[in-house]
Amino acid sequence: MATRLIHPDTRTTAPVPGTGAPTVRVRGLRRAFGDHVVLDDLDLDIAPGELVALLGRSGSGKSTLLRTLAGLDPVTHGTAEIDGTVSVAFQEPRLLPWRRVGDNVALALRHGSRASRRARARQTLMEVGLAEKHDVWPVTLSGGQAQRASLARALVSAPGLLLLDEPFSALDALTRIEMHDLVLALWREHRPAVLLVTHDVDEALKLADRVLVIDEGRVRHETRVTAERPRDLAGLQDLRAELLAVLGVHEGPTPS
Amino acid sequence: MTSTAPAAGAVITTGPRRSRPRRGAAALRRAISPLALLALWQAASATGVLPEDKLAPPLQILEAMTEEWRKGTLQDATVISVQRVAIGFAIGAAVALVLATVAGLSRIGEDAVDPPMQMLRTVPHFGLLPLLVLWLGIDESPKVALIALGVAFPLYVNTVAGIRGVDPKMLDAARAMRLSWTERLRHVIAPGALPSALVGLRLSLGVAWLSLIVAEQINATSGIGYLVSDAASFGRTDVVVGGLVVYSLLGLATDALVRSLERKALAWRHG
Repeated sequence: MATRLIHPDTRTTAPVPGTGAPTVRVRGLRRAFGDHVVLDDLDLDIAPGELVALLGRSGSGKSTLLRTLAGLDPVTHGTAEIDGTVSVAFQEPRLLPWRRVGDNVALALRHGSRASRRARARQTLMEVGLAEKHDVWPVTLSGGQAQRASLARALVSAPGLLLLDEPFSALDALTRIEMHDLVLALWREHRPAVLLVTHDVDEALKLADRVLVIDEGRVRHETRVTAERPRDLAGLQDLRAELLAVLGVHEGPTPS
Repeated sequence: MTSTAPAAGAVITTGPRRSRPRRGAAALRRAISPLALLALWQAASATGVLPEDKLAPPLQILEAMTEEWRKGTLQDATVISVQRVAIGFAIGAAVALVLATVAGLSRIGEDAVDPPMQMLRTVPHFGLLPLLVLWLGIDESPKVALIALGVAFPLYVNTVAGIRGVDPKMLDAARAMRLSWTERLRHVIAPGALPSALVGLRLSLGVAWLSLIVAEQINATSGIGYLVSDAASFGRTDVVVGGLVVYSLLGLATDALVRSLERKALAWRHG
């Protein structure tokens, strides 16, 4: 079986616009630890600039898929091709505490002069609303600010694919709403393909072009969300019920 | 010679410090009892309760050391002793850091280096002094070797712990950013291991001074240890105690140096 992972920085050909070549093309991806199959002949395409949400219960294989796309886990069976660079924002911000916020962002830039890297880091911090936090230590940031800095670090390299690993799950409800709006604004501005891993059905419906449900290492369900953003979840109750049913969640009757 | 506890009284203090004015007042309050003890000591000597051949009074110690300074013997002895510690520390620290890096970064290195280091660590290094004299003679080398041995273990143990304690999630994040192995070493592992390595540094400096004192009891013809033992043979308790004070001041000085290094290097901890 062919095993191939086209690594973002070894790829030389630029994506050709208009040809419909996907940013992510996964075929027959299989990963097993002993008898335990984590990814089971998984196929996945993500178009350039598409925002895809990946729903799944714990142990469904979504973390392994994300780690594989991030280049942190090897491709042992199947293929995973990615066009452009990949970056990740994790559930915890994972900023280096011993580097000032601006230096954390600049560290994600692997090319260019020191001055140009610093300038781009400053610009990206401004975009996430943290311009004034450029020179502070990460320990002084609030949870939401740290997550925005992490988002800036993921975006600064202008990735073709942005992987978001439950980046809002540890935030309070109000901060989460702000982050949703910020992510949408940044996505509209930079148009990376986005794979948002989440276990929040409402979050997926609010943000994504397409919602996938992964279970036992395969994509079991796929739904397009065509409603205009900003979305009113009240109008998406049918989709919501559909996704919850696929996830095996049965809600009781809503009190009237 | 019974000193076996490393760096007696070396309390490792971390955490944010209190604000200036309160610290000043507290320092003043805390100075009262030591000063009172000194006064009591002086009074006991003046009234003959404390005979001079057992323990000289503080003012006489100060006088005697001023005299040693004027003759130049105190400076010469101090330079020699500091030199011994510097060379021994440099050798011990270099060996410890190389071994800790090997053991901390690779599984094979850990398996090869760590077991013998953990076994040797339990040997009280002062007990090796007779062997060191047999192997290296009685001049500078056994003294330097004793200091190097004392320095190596606390620094090794703490540095390895620091490297192993680096959050694997940070390393994942660095790999996801396509940082190379050397970049991860420089930006993630080394700064992540630094707080623990600095604790090791403070402990090892304490042991270095202690080892110097022990080493200088053996056949020293120069250094502070020689100054002290020479004075002791003439019953000069003032110079003996004065020499001990110099030892403590040197230990305090290097400890303060490391603490100021910590404050600068670990500023990120407190914002």
